Amino acid sequence: MSSFLGLNRHRVGDWVFFNLTRLFALITLLLLLGIIISLIHGAMPAIHKFGFSFLWTGDWNPPAEQFGALIPIYGTLATSVVALVIAVPVSFGIALFLTELAPPWLRRPLGIAVELLAGIPSIVYGMWGLLVFAPLFAKYVQPLLAATLGNVPLIGVLFSGSALGIGILSAGIILAVMTIPFIASVMRDVFEVTPAMLKESAYGLGSTTWEVVWNVVLPYTKVGVVGGVMLGLGRALGETMAVTFLIGNMNFFNGFSLFLPGNSIASALANEFAEAESPVYTASLIELGLILFLITLVVLTFSKMLLLRLSAQEGKGT
Amino acid sequence: MKIDKDLIMHGITDTTELETQIALRNFNFYYGKYHALRNINLDIFKRKVTAFIGPSGCGKSTLLRTLNRMYDLYPEQRAEGQLLLDGKNLLDKGVDLNALRAKVGMVFQKPTPFPMSIYDNIAFGVKLHERLSRVEMDERVEWSLRKAALWGEVSDKLHQSGMSLSGGQQQRLCIARGIAVKPEVLLLDEPTSALDPISTMRIEELVSELKDEFTIVIVTHNMQQAARVSDFTAYMYLGELIEVGRTDDIFIKPKDKRTEDYITGRFG
Repeated sequence: MSSFLGLNRHRVGDWVFFNLTRLFALITLLLLLGIIISLIHGAMPAIHKFGFSFLWTGDWNPPAEQFGALIPIYGTLATSVVALVIAVPVSFGIALFLTELAPPWLRRPLGIAVELLAGIPSIVYGMWGLLVFAPLFAKYVQPLLAATLGNVPLIGVLFSGSALGIGILSAGIILAVMTIPFIASVMRDVFEVTPAMLKESAYGLGSTTWEVVWNVVLPYTKVGVVGGVMLGLGRALGETMAVTFLIGNMNFFNGFSLFLPGNSIASALANEFAEAESPVYTASLIELGLILFLITLVVLTFSKMLLLRLSAQEGKGT
Repeated sequence: MKIDKDLIMHGITDTTELETQIALRNFNFYYGKYHALRNINLDIFKRKVTAFIGPSGCGKSTLLRTLNRMYDLYPEQRAEGQLLLDGKNLLDKGVDLNALRAKVGMVFQKPTPFPMSIYDNIAFGVKLHERLSRVEMDERVEWSLRKAALWGEVSDKLHQSGMSLSGGQQQRLCIARGIAVKPEVLLLDEPTSALDPISTMRIEELVSELKDEFTIVIVTHNMQQAARVSDFTAYMYLGELIEVGRTDDIFIKPKDKRTEDYITGRFG
Protein backbone atom coordinates (compact mmCIF):
# COMPACT_ATOMS: atom_id res chain seq x y z
CA MET A 1 0.00 0.00 0.00
CA SER A 2 2.79 2.38 0.86
CA SER A 3 4.04 2.24 -2.71
CA PHE A 4 0.63 3.40 -3.93
CA LEU A 5 0.77 6.35 -1.54
CA GLY A 6 4.21 7.15 -2.89
CA LEU A 7 2.84 7.13 -6.40
CA ASN A 8 0.08 9.53 -5.38
CA ARG A 9 2.58 11.94 -3.97
CA HIS A 10 4.50 11.76 -7.23
CA ARG A 11 1.33 12.35 -9.18
CA VAL A 12 0.68 15.66 -7.42
CA GLY A 13 4.26 16.71 -8.03
CA ASP A 14 4.02 15.72 -11.67
CA TRP A 15 0.76 17.61 -12.06
CA VAL A 16 2.25 20.80 -10.59
CA PHE A 17 5.41 20.44 -12.65
CA PHE A 18 3.53 19.72 -15.86
CA ASN A 19 1.26 22.72 -15.48
CA LEU A 20 4.07 25.02 -14.42
CA THR A 21 6.17 24.22 -17.48
CA ARG A 22 3.10 24.44 -19.69
CA LEU A 23 2.38 27.86 -18.25
CA PHE A 24 5.87 29.07 -19.09
CA ALA A 25 5.57 27.75 -22.62
CA LEU A 26 2.17 29.40 -23.05
CA ILE A 27 3.50 32.74 -21.79
CA THR A 28 5.90 32.95 -24.74
CA LEU A 29 3.03 32.28 -27.12
CA LEU A 30 0.88 34.93 -25.42
CA LEU A 31 3.73 37.45 -25.52
CA LEU A 32 4.20 36.81 -29.22
CA LEU A 33 0.51 37.30 -29.90
CA GLY A 34 0.44 40.40 -27.72
CA ILE A 35 3.31 41.99 -29.60
CA ILE A 36 1.74 41.26 -32.98
CA ILE A 37 -1.61 42.66 -31.88
CA SER A 38 -0.13 45.82 -30.41
CA LEU A 39 2.03 46.37 -33.50
CA ILE A 40 -0.99 46.03 -35.78
CA HIS A 41 -3.03 48.26 -33.50
CA GLY A 42 -0.31 50.93 -33.39
CA ALA A 43 0.18 50.81 -37.14
CA MET A 44 -3.56 51.17 -37.91
CA PRO A 45 -3.51 54.90 -38.82
CA ALA A 46 -0.75 54.31 -41.37
CA ILE A 47 -2.38 51.14 -42.70
CA HIS A 48 -5.63 53.07 -43.17
CA LYS A 49 -3.95 55.96 -44.90
CA PHE A 50 -1.55 54.17 -47.23
CA GLY A 51 -2.89 50.62 -47.51
CA PHE A 52 -0.62 48.08 -49.17
CA SER A 53 1.09 50.75 -51.27
CA PHE A 54 3.12 51.48 -48.11
CA LEU A 55 5.17 48.42 -49.04
CA TRP A 56 6.29 49.58 -52.47
CA THR A 57 6.30 53.36 -52.15
CA GLY A 58 9.81 54.76 -51.96
CA ASP A 59 8.77 58.20 -50.77
CA TRP A 60 9.56 58.93 -47.10
CA ASN A 61 8.65 62.56 -46.51
CA PRO A 62 7.75 63.44 -42.92
CA PRO A 63 6.87 67.15 -43.53
CA ALA A 64 4.37 66.14 -46.20
CA GLU A 65 3.19 63.19 -44.07
CA GLN A 66 3.91 60.90 -46.97
CA PHE A 67 5.43 57.56 -46.00
CA GLY A 68 6.53 54.45 -47.92
CA ALA A 69 8.62 51.59 -46.65
CA LEU A 70 10.44 50.54 -49.80
CA ILE A 71 13.81 52.20 -49.03
CA PRO A 72 14.20 50.75 -45.51
CA ILE A 73 12.94 47.33 -46.67
CA TYR A 74 15.45 47.34 -49.51
CA GLY A 75 18.23 48.49 -47.16
CA THR A 76 17.43 45.84 -44.57
CA LEU A 77 17.37 43.04 -47.13
CA ALA A 78 20.41 44.28 -49.07
CA THR A 79 22.63 44.65 -45.99
CA SER A 80 21.54 41.24 -44.69
CA VAL A 81 22.20 39.56 -48.03
CA VAL A 82 25.66 41.15 -48.22
CA ALA A 83 26.31 40.03 -44.65
CA LEU A 84 25.29 36.42 -45.34
CA VAL A 85 27.16 36.20 -48.65
CA ILE A 86 30.32 37.05 -46.75
CA ALA A 87 29.61 35.44 -43.38
CA VAL A 88 28.39 31.99 -44.43
CA PRO A 89 31.46 30.85 -46.38
CA VAL A 90 33.85 32.43 -43.88
CA SER A 91 32.04 30.81 -40.95
CA PHE A 92 32.05 27.46 -42.74
CA GLY A 93 35.79 27.80 -43.21
CA ILE A 94 36.31 28.72 -39.55
CA ALA A 95 34.19 25.80 -38.35
CA LEU A 96 35.91 23.38 -40.73
CA PHE A 97 39.34 24.54 -39.61
CA LEU A 98 38.46 24.38 -35.93
CA THR A 99 36.95 20.89 -36.08
CA GLU A 100 39.02 19.09 -38.70
CA LEU A 101 42.26 20.84 -39.49
CA ALA A 102 43.55 22.88 -36.56
CA PRO A 103 46.16 21.30 -34.28
CA PRO A 104 44.63 20.62 -30.84
CA TRP A 105 46.60 23.36 -29.05
CA LEU A 106 45.16 25.99 -31.40
CA ARG A 107 41.53 24.88 -31.21
CA ARG A 108 40.63 26.27 -27.82
CA PRO A 109 42.23 29.72 -28.14
CA LEU A 110 40.77 30.21 -31.62
CA GLY A 111 37.35 28.96 -30.57
CA ILE A 112 37.34 31.31 -27.60
CA ALA A 113 38.42 34.23 -29.81
CA VAL A 114 35.50 33.58 -32.14
CA GLU A 115 33.10 33.46 -29.20
CA LEU A 116 34.52 36.67 -27.73
CA LEU A 117 33.83 38.40 -31.01
CA ALA A 118 30.15 37.71 -30.34
CA GLY A 119 30.38 39.47 -27.00
CA ILE A 120 31.44 42.86 -28.35
CA PRO A 121 28.51 45.30 -28.03
CA SER A 122 27.11 46.45 -31.35
CA ILE A 123 27.70 50.12 -30.54
CA VAL A 124 31.42 49.35 -30.44
CA TYR A 125 31.20 47.73 -33.85
CA GLY A 126 29.35 50.81 -35.08
CA MET A 127 31.93 53.27 -33.77
CA TRP A 128 34.85 51.19 -34.97
CA GLY A 129 33.12 50.82 -38.34
CA LEU A 130 32.53 54.53 -38.75
CA LEU A 131 35.84 55.83 -37.41
CA VAL A 132 38.32 53.15 -38.47
CA PHE A 133 36.82 50.82 -41.02
CA ALA A 134 34.90 53.26 -43.26
CA PRO A 135 37.84 55.62 -44.07
CA LEU A 136 40.14 52.69 -44.87
CA PHE A 137 37.38 51.03 -46.86
CA ALA A 138 36.80 54.20 -48.91
CA LYS A 139 40.48 54.77 -49.52
CA TYR A 140 41.65 51.28 -50.45
CA VAL A 141 38.90 48.72 -50.88
CA GLN A 142 36.15 50.56 -52.74
CA PRO A 143 38.41 51.82 -55.58
CA LEU A 144 39.73 48.28 -55.91
CA LEU A 145 36.21 46.81 -56.05
CA ALA A 146 35.10 49.42 -58.56
CA ALA A 147 38.10 48.67 -60.76
CA THR A 148 37.58 44.90 -60.66
CA LEU A 149 34.05 43.70 -59.88
CA GLY A 150 32.71 47.03 -61.13
CA ASN A 151 33.58 46.03 -64.69
CA VAL A 152 31.82 42.68 -64.59
CA PRO A 153 28.55 42.68 -66.57
CA LEU A 154 25.32 42.54 -64.56
CA ILE A 155 26.89 42.76 -61.09
CA GLY A 156 29.11 45.69 -62.10
CA VAL A 157 26.37 48.17 -61.29
CA LEU A 158 26.49 47.04 -57.64
CA PHE A 159 30.08 48.27 -57.31
CA SER A 160 29.91 51.61 -59.06
CA GLY A 161 29.77 55.21 -57.90
CA SER A 162 31.83 57.29 -55.58
CA ALA A 163 33.71 55.77 -52.66
CA LEU A 164 32.08 57.26 -49.59
CA GLY A 165 33.11 54.66 -47.05
CA ILE A 166 29.65 54.49 -45.57
CA GLY A 167 26.75 52.86 -47.37
CA ILE A 168 24.95 49.57 -47.82
CA LEU A 169 28.09 47.57 -48.58
CA SER A 170 29.97 48.88 -45.53
CA ALA A 171 26.99 48.18 -43.28
CA GLY A 172 26.72 44.69 -44.78
CA ILE A 173 30.40 43.97 -44.14
CA ILE A 174 30.18 45.08 -40.51
CA LEU A 175 27.06 42.93 -40.17
CA ALA A 176 29.06 40.03 -41.59
CA VAL A 177 31.74 40.52 -38.94
CA MET A 178 29.03 40.61 -36.28
CA THR A 179 27.22 37.49 -37.49
CA ILE A 180 30.31 35.36 -38.16
CA PRO A 181 30.83 34.42 -34.48
CA PHE A 182 27.23 33.20 -34.21
CA ILE A 183 27.21 31.21 -37.41
CA ALA A 184 30.75 29.88 -36.94
CA SER A 185 30.23 28.72 -33.37
CA VAL A 186 26.93 27.00 -34.18
CA MET A 187 28.54 25.32 -37.20
CA ARG A 188 31.53 24.24 -35.10
CA ASP A 189 29.26 22.81 -32.40
CA VAL A 190 27.19 20.79 -34.84
CA PHE A 191 30.26 19.62 -36.77
CA GLU A 192 31.70 18.40 -33.48
CA VAL A 193 28.70 16.22 -32.68
CA THR A 194 29.01 14.34 -35.97
CA PRO A 195 29.91 10.78 -34.87
CA ALA A 196 33.62 10.08 -35.32
CA MET A 197 32.71 6.72 -36.82
CA LEU A 198 30.68 8.36 -39.59
CA LYS A 199 33.59 10.62 -40.50
CA GLU A 200 35.99 7.69 -40.30
CA SER A 201 33.74 5.73 -42.66
CA ALA A 202 34.10 8.47 -45.22
CA TYR A 203 37.83 8.81 -44.64
CA GLY A 204 37.99 5.01 -44.83
CA LEU A 205 36.73 5.10 -48.41
CA GLY A 206 39.57 7.42 -49.33
CA SER A 207 37.91 10.81 -49.01
CA THR A 208 39.86 13.98 -48.46
CA THR A 209 38.96 16.24 -45.53
CA TRP A 210 37.03 18.50 -47.89
CA GLU A 211 35.04 15.59 -49.33
CA VAL A 212 34.22 14.31 -45.84
CA VAL A 213 33.01 17.70 -44.62
CA TRP A 214 31.18 18.70 -47.78
CA ASN A 215 29.51 15.35 -48.59
CA VAL A 216 29.01 13.75 -45.19
CA VAL A 217 29.36 16.18 -42.28
CA LEU A 218 27.40 18.99 -43.89
CA PRO A 219 24.41 16.84 -44.95
CA TYR A 220 24.45 15.17 -41.53
CA THR A 221 24.37 18.52 -39.72
CA LYS A 222 22.24 20.48 -42.18
CA VAL A 223 19.49 21.25 -39.68
CA GLY A 224 21.99 22.78 -37.29
CA VAL A 225 23.83 24.63 -40.04
CA VAL A 226 20.66 26.15 -41.45
CA GLY A 227 19.69 27.02 -37.88
CA GLY A 228 23.01 28.79 -37.36
CA VAL A 229 22.64 30.73 -40.61
CA MET A 230 19.12 31.74 -39.59
CA LEU A 231 20.40 32.88 -36.22
CA GLY A 232 22.94 35.05 -38.02
CA LEU A 233 20.33 36.32 -40.46
CA GLY A 234 18.02 37.17 -37.57
CA ARG A 235 20.77 39.22 -36.02
CA ALA A 236 21.58 40.93 -39.32
CA LEU A 237 17.94 41.83 -40.04
CA GLY A 238 17.35 43.35 -36.63
CA GLU A 239 20.76 44.89 -35.94
CA THR A 240 20.33 48.59 -35.19
CA MET A 241 23.28 50.52 -33.77
CA ALA A 242 26.12 49.33 -35.99
CA VAL A 243 23.99 49.70 -39.10
CA THR A 244 22.83 53.18 -38.11
CA PHE A 245 26.45 54.29 -37.88
CA LEU A 246 27.38 52.94 -41.27
CA ILE A 247 24.43 52.84 -43.61
CA GLY A 248 24.21 56.59 -44.16
CA ASN A 249 20.53 56.96 -43.20
CA MET A 250 19.46 58.21 -46.60
CA ASN A 251 15.78 57.88 -47.47
CA PHE A 252 16.15 58.31 -51.22
CA PHE A 253 16.73 55.69 -53.82
CA ASN A 254 19.57 56.67 -56.14
CA GLY A 255 20.37 53.36 -57.80
CA PHE A 256 21.34 49.81 -57.06
CA SER A 257 25.00 50.48 -56.27
CA LEU A 258 25.97 49.02 -52.92
CA PHE A 259 28.34 51.96 -52.44
CA LEU A 260 25.36 54.29 -51.99
CA PRO A 261 23.99 55.20 -48.59
CA GLY A 262 20.57 53.83 -47.73
CA ASN A 263 18.48 53.09 -44.69
CA SER A 264 17.35 49.99 -42.86
CA ILE A 265 14.14 49.41 -40.94
CA ALA A 266 15.87 49.11 -37.59
CA SER A 267 18.01 52.21 -38.03
CA ALA A 268 15.06 54.24 -39.35
CA LEU A 269 13.18 53.33 -36.17
CA ALA A 270 16.12 54.21 -33.93
CA ASN A 271 16.77 57.53 -35.62
CA GLU A 272 13.29 58.81 -36.14
CA PHE A 273 11.13 57.60 -33.27
CA ALA A 274 12.13 60.49 -31.02
CA GLU A 275 11.23 63.11 -33.60
CA ALA A 276 8.02 61.54 -34.85
CA GLU A 277 5.30 63.93 -33.75
CA SER A 278 2.30 63.40 -35.95
CA PRO A 279 0.23 60.24 -35.34
CA VAL A 280 0.69 59.11 -38.94
CA TYR A 281 4.47 59.38 -38.62
CA THR A 282 4.48 57.29 -35.44
CA ALA A 283 2.08 54.78 -36.97
CA SER A 284 4.26 54.51 -40.07
CA LEU A 285 7.28 53.71 -37.93
CA ILE A 286 5.31 51.09 -36.02
CA GLU A 287 4.23 49.61 -39.32
CA LEU A 288 7.92 49.41 -40.27
CA GLY A 289 8.45 47.40 -37.10
CA LEU A 290 5.58 45.12 -38.08
CA ILE A 291 7.14 44.63 -41.51
CA LEU A 292 10.49 43.71 -39.94
CA PHE A 293 8.66 41.18 -37.80
CA LEU A 294 6.95 39.72 -40.86
CA ILE A 295 10.23 39.56 -42.81
CA THR A 296 11.74 37.52 -40.00
CA LEU A 297 8.68 35.27 -40.02
CA VAL A 298 8.95 34.75 -43.78
CA VAL A 299 12.66 33.98 -43.45
CA LEU A 300 11.97 31.37 -40.77
CA THR A 301 9.23 29.77 -42.84
CA PHE A 302 11.50 29.75 -45.84
CA SER A 303 14.25 28.01 -43.90
CA LYS A 304 11.81 25.34 -42.70
CA MET A 305 10.76 24.74 -46.31
CA LEU A 306 14.40 24.56 -47.33
CA LEU A 307 15.02 21.86 -44.73
CA LEU A 308 12.00 19.90 -45.91
CA ARG A 309 13.25 20.04 -49.48
CA LEU A 310 16.73 18.96 -48.41
CA SER A 311 15.41 15.92 -46.59
CA ALA A 312 13.25 15.08 -49.61
CA GLN A 313 16.39 15.06 -51.76
CA GLU A 314 18.20 12.80 -49.34
CA GLY A 315 15.49 10.21 -49.80
CA LYS A 316 12.13 9.40 -48.33
CA GLY A 317 11.57 7.79 -45.00
CA THR A 318 13.73 9.97 -42.79
CA MET B 1 54.48 -11.01 -51.82
CA LYS B 2 56.57 -14.02 -50.90
CA ILE B 3 56.19 -15.47 -47.47
CA ASP B 4 59.08 -14.70 -45.18
CA LYS B 5 60.08 -18.19 -44.01
CA ASP B 6 61.82 -16.87 -40.93
CA LEU B 7 58.70 -15.24 -39.71
CA ILE B 8 56.19 -17.95 -40.38
CA MET B 9 54.37 -17.93 -37.17
CA HIS B 10 53.69 -20.57 -34.70
CA GLY B 11 52.46 -23.71 -36.23
CA ILE B 12 51.71 -22.76 -39.83
CA THR B 13 53.74 -25.45 -41.50
CA ASP B 14 51.92 -25.92 -44.76
CA THR B 15 52.32 -22.67 -46.65
CA THR B 16 51.30 -23.84 -50.10
CA GLU B 17 48.46 -21.75 -51.51
CA LEU B 18 49.27 -18.99 -49.08
CA GLU B 19 50.40 -15.57 -50.18
CA THR B 20 51.09 -12.74 -47.77
CA GLN B 21 49.07 -9.59 -48.40
CA ILE B 22 49.88 -7.63 -45.27
CA ALA B 23 52.93 -8.16 -43.10
CA LEU B 24 53.70 -6.47 -39.81
CA ARG B 25 57.30 -6.51 -38.66
CA ASN B 26 58.44 -5.24 -35.26
CA PHE B 27 55.35 -3.11 -35.26
CA ASN B 28 54.69 -0.79 -32.31
CA PHE B 29 51.87 1.64 -31.74
CA TYR B 30 51.46 4.49 -29.29
CA TYR B 31 48.55 6.59 -28.04
CA GLY B 32 50.60 9.55 -26.92
CA LYS B 33 52.93 7.98 -24.36
CA TYR B 34 50.89 4.83 -23.91
CA HIS B 35 52.49 1.88 -25.66
CA ALA B 36 49.39 0.14 -27.04
CA LEU B 37 50.85 -2.47 -29.39
CA ARG B 38 54.14 -4.16 -28.61
CA ASN B 39 56.40 -5.62 -31.22
CA ILE B 40 53.81 -7.26 -33.43
CA ASN B 41 54.97 -9.70 -36.12
CA LEU B 42 52.13 -11.04 -38.20
CA ASP B 43 51.27 -12.15 -41.73
CA ILE B 44 47.79 -11.66 -43.17
CA PHE B 45 47.20 -13.90 -46.14
CA LYS B 46 45.57 -13.04 -49.42
CA ARG B 47 41.92 -14.10 -49.87
CA LYS B 48 41.75 -15.59 -46.40
CA VAL B 49 39.79 -14.47 -43.38
CA THR B 50 41.97 -13.54 -40.42
CA ALA B 51 40.28 -12.95 -37.06
CA PHE B 52 41.71 -10.93 -34.20
CA ILE B 53 40.41 -12.11 -30.84
CA GLY B 54 41.20 -11.17 -27.26
CA PRO B 55 39.69 -9.50 -24.21
CA SER B 56 38.59 -5.84 -24.27
CA GLY B 57 41.47 -3.42 -24.40
CA CYS B 58 43.93 -5.97 -25.77
CA GLY B 59 44.62 -3.84 -28.84
CA LYS B 60 42.81 -5.84 -31.51
CA SER B 61 40.79 -2.88 -32.79
CA THR B 62 43.85 -0.67 -32.54
CA LEU B 63 45.75 -3.11 -34.70
CA LEU B 64 42.96 -3.21 -37.26
CA ARG B 65 42.81 0.58 -37.43
CA THR B 66 46.49 0.79 -38.23
CA LEU B 67 46.04 -1.29 -41.37
CA ASN B 68 44.43 1.59 -43.26
CA ARG B 69 46.25 4.23 -41.20
CA MET B 70 42.97 5.50 -39.79
CA TYR B 71 44.97 6.62 -36.76
CA ASP B 72 46.45 9.38 -38.93
CA LEU B 73 43.35 11.45 -38.20
CA TYR B 74 44.50 11.77 -34.61
CA PRO B 75 47.77 13.64 -34.20
CA GLU B 76 48.73 12.07 -30.86
CA GLN B 77 48.73 8.54 -32.29
CA ARG B 78 51.75 7.08 -34.06
CA ALA B 79 53.19 3.82 -35.29
CA GLU B 80 56.72 2.46 -35.60
CA GLY B 81 58.18 -0.53 -37.39
CA GLN B 82 57.06 -1.95 -40.69
CA LEU B 83 53.56 -2.34 -42.05
CA LEU B 84 53.87 -3.89 -45.48
CA LEU B 85 51.02 -4.06 -47.97
CA ASP B 86 52.10 -6.11 -50.99
CA GLY B 87 55.66 -5.48 -49.92
CA LYS B 88 55.37 -1.70 -49.66
CA ASN B 89 55.86 -0.08 -46.27
CA LEU B 90 52.76 1.95 -45.48
CA LEU B 91 54.49 3.84 -42.71
CA ASP B 92 56.83 5.53 -45.17
CA LYS B 93 56.40 9.22 -45.72
CA GLY B 94 54.56 10.16 -48.87
CA VAL B 95 52.15 7.23 -48.89
CA ASP B 96 48.95 8.38 -50.60
CA LEU B 97 46.39 7.77 -47.85
CA ASN B 98 43.40 8.23 -50.14
CA ALA B 99 44.72 5.61 -52.54
CA LEU B 100 45.60 3.32 -49.62
CA ARG B 101 42.09 3.54 -48.25
CA ALA B 102 40.66 2.73 -51.64
CA LYS B 103 42.70 -0.48 -51.45
CA VAL B 104 41.88 -1.24 -47.81
CA GLY B 105 38.20 -0.75 -47.01
CA MET B 106 36.69 -0.68 -43.55
CA VAL B 107 33.39 -1.46 -41.83
CA PHE B 108 32.71 -0.34 -38.26
CA GLN B 109 31.04 -1.66 -35.08
CA LYS B 110 27.86 0.26 -35.76
CA PRO B 111 26.32 0.78 -39.19
CA THR B 112 27.32 4.20 -40.52
CA PRO B 113 25.18 4.94 -43.56
CA PHE B 114 25.79 8.43 -44.93
CA PRO B 115 22.84 10.84 -44.85
CA MET B 116 21.96 10.23 -48.49
CA SER B 117 20.11 7.69 -50.63
CA ILE B 118 21.08 4.01 -50.79
CA TYR B 119 22.34 4.51 -54.34
CA ASP B 120 24.42 7.55 -53.40
CA ASN B 121 25.85 5.79 -50.36
CA ILE B 122 27.43 3.29 -52.73
CA ALA B 123 28.28 5.74 -55.50
CA PHE B 124 29.97 8.10 -53.04
CA GLY B 125 33.13 6.06 -52.59
CA VAL B 126 33.29 5.00 -56.24
CA LYS B 127 33.13 8.61 -57.42
CA LEU B 128 36.16 9.46 -55.30
CA HIS B 129 38.40 7.19 -57.32
CA GLU B 130 36.81 6.52 -60.70
CA ARG B 131 34.88 8.34 -63.36
CA LEU B 132 32.04 6.11 -64.45
CA SER B 133 29.20 6.74 -66.83
CA ARG B 134 25.67 6.59 -65.48
CA VAL B 135 25.20 3.07 -66.84
CA GLU B 136 28.51 1.83 -65.45
CA MET B 137 27.68 3.35 -62.07
CA ASP B 138 24.26 1.66 -62.07
CA GLU B 139 26.00 -1.63 -62.79
CA ARG B 140 28.57 -1.06 -60.05
CA VAL B 141 25.88 -0.25 -57.50
CA GLU B 142 23.94 -3.36 -58.41
CA TRP B 143 27.10 -5.50 -58.41
CA SER B 144 28.14 -4.41 -54.93
CA LEU B 145 24.63 -4.67 -53.50
CA ARG B 146 24.36 -8.20 -54.90
CA LYS B 147 27.75 -9.08 -53.43
CA ALA B 148 26.57 -7.78 -50.08
CA ALA B 149 23.36 -9.84 -50.36
CA LEU B 150 21.24 -6.73 -50.13
CA TRP B 151 20.07 -6.24 -53.72
CA GLY B 152 16.86 -8.22 -53.37
CA GLU B 153 15.75 -6.13 -50.41
CA VAL B 154 16.53 -2.69 -51.77
CA SER B 155 16.42 -2.90 -55.58
CA ASP B 156 13.04 -1.16 -55.67
CA LYS B 157 14.00 1.66 -53.28
CA LEU B 158 17.50 2.70 -54.25
CA HIS B 159 16.60 6.34 -53.96
CA GLN B 160 15.32 6.15 -50.42
CA SER B 161 17.53 7.24 -47.57
CA GLY B 162 20.16 4.77 -46.40
CA MET B 163 19.12 5.67 -42.87
CA SER B 164 15.65 4.19 -43.43
CA LEU B 165 16.98 0.60 -43.55
CA SER B 166 17.08 -1.76 -40.57
CA GLY B 167 20.33 -2.14 -38.60
CA GLY B 168 21.34 -5.37 -40.34
CA GLN B 169 20.54 -3.94 -43.75
CA GLN B 170 22.49 -0.78 -42.94
CA GLN B 171 25.53 -2.86 -42.04
CA ARG B 172 25.29 -4.79 -45.30
CA LEU B 173 24.94 -1.43 -47.07
CA CYS B 174 28.20 -0.37 -45.43
CA ILE B 175 29.85 -3.58 -46.63
CA ALA B 176 28.48 -2.96 -50.12
CA ARG B 177 29.81 0.58 -49.96
CA GLY B 178 33.21 -0.77 -48.97
CA ILE B 179 33.44 -3.35 -51.74
CA ALA B 180 32.05 -1.02 -54.42
CA VAL B 181 35.45 0.71 -54.46
CA LYS B 182 36.94 -2.73 -55.31
CA PRO B 183 39.47 -2.86 -52.50
CA GLU B 184 41.86 -5.75 -51.98
CA VAL B 185 41.46 -5.86 -48.23
CA LEU B 186 38.32 -5.44 -46.16
CA LEU B 187 38.67 -4.59 -42.48
CA LEU B 188 35.68 -5.48 -40.30
CA ASP B 189 35.75 -3.98 -36.81
CA GLU B 190 33.27 -6.04 -34.77
CA PRO B 191 30.77 -5.75 -37.61
CA THR B 192 27.99 -7.65 -35.85
CA SER B 193 28.26 -6.28 -32.33
CA ALA B 194 25.21 -4.05 -32.82
CA LEU B 195 23.12 -6.60 -34.70
CA ASP B 196 20.54 -9.24 -33.86
CA PRO B 197 21.37 -12.96 -34.30
CA ILE B 198 19.73 -13.31 -37.72
CA SER B 199 21.50 -10.27 -39.14
CA THR B 200 24.71 -11.56 -37.57
CA MET B 201 24.28 -14.88 -39.35
CA ARG B 202 23.76 -13.14 -42.68
CA ILE B 203 26.91 -11.05 -42.24
CA GLU B 204 28.88 -14.19 -41.36
CA GLU B 205 27.63 -15.96 -44.48
CA LEU B 206 28.58 -12.89 -46.44
CA VAL B 207 32.13 -12.94 -45.06
CA SER B 208 32.53 -16.54 -46.20
CA GLU B 209 31.41 -15.60 -49.71
CA LEU B 210 33.50 -12.46 -49.95
CA LYS B 211 36.77 -14.18 -49.12
CA ASP B 212 36.91 -15.58 -52.65
CA GLU B 213 37.69 -12.06 -53.83
CA PHE B 214 38.91 -10.08 -50.85
CA THR B 215 41.38 -10.43 -48.05
CA ILE B 216 39.31 -10.03 -44.90
CA VAL B 217 40.44 -9.08 -41.43
CA ILE B 218 37.77 -9.24 -38.75
CA VAL B 219 37.93 -8.14 -35.14
CA THR B 220 35.45 -9.95 -32.95
CA HIS B 221 34.51 -10.30 -29.31
CA ASN B 222 32.75 -13.48 -30.11
CA MET B 223 35.00 -16.55 -30.21
CA GLN B 224 32.37 -18.71 -31.87
CA GLN B 225 32.21 -16.16 -34.63
CA ALA B 226 35.97 -16.29 -35.10
CA ALA B 227 35.79 -20.08 -35.20
CA ARG B 228 32.94 -20.00 -37.73
CA VAL B 229 34.20 -17.47 -40.24
CA SER B 230 37.97 -17.30 -40.10
CA ASP B 231 40.83 -19.30 -41.65
CA PHE B 232 43.43 -17.81 -39.34
CA THR B 233 43.10 -16.51 -35.83
CA ALA B 234 45.36 -14.18 -33.90
CA TYR B 235 44.99 -14.03 -30.13
CA MET B 236 46.04 -10.76 -28.54
CA TYR B 237 46.48 -9.84 -24.92
CA LEU B 238 47.65 -6.55 -23.35
CA GLY B 239 48.97 -5.17 -26.62
CA GLU B 240 50.91 -8.26 -27.53
CA LEU B 241 50.27 -10.87 -30.16
CA ILE B 242 50.29 -14.06 -28.11
CA GLU B 243 49.59 -16.64 -30.76
CA VAL B 244 48.51 -16.87 -34.36
CA GLY B 245 47.79 -19.84 -36.53
CA ARG B 246 45.16 -21.71 -38.48
CA THR B 247 41.85 -21.26 -36.74
CA ASP B 248 41.38 -25.01 -36.20
CA ASP B 249 44.76 -25.30 -34.54
CA ILE B 250 44.20 -22.29 -32.31
CA PHE B 251 40.86 -23.54 -31.10
CA ILE B 252 41.68 -27.24 -30.83
CA LYS B 253 45.27 -27.31 -29.67
CA PRO B 254 46.53 -23.86 -28.70
CA LYS B 255 50.22 -23.78 -27.90
CA ASP B 256 50.19 -20.97 -25.41
CA LYS B 257 48.63 -21.42 -21.99
CA ARG B 258 47.14 -17.88 -22.15
CA THR B 259 45.35 -18.64 -25.42
CA GLU B 260 43.98 -21.83 -23.97
CA ASP B 261 42.70 -20.02 -20.88
CA TYR B 262 40.93 -17.46 -23.03
CA ILE B 263 39.28 -19.78 -25.52
CA THR B 264 38.17 -22.21 -22.84
CA GLY B 265 36.53 -19.31 -21.05
CA ARG B 266 38.67 -19.45 -17.96
CA PHE B 267 39.17 -15.71 -18.24
CA GLY B 268 38.33 -12.76 -20.46
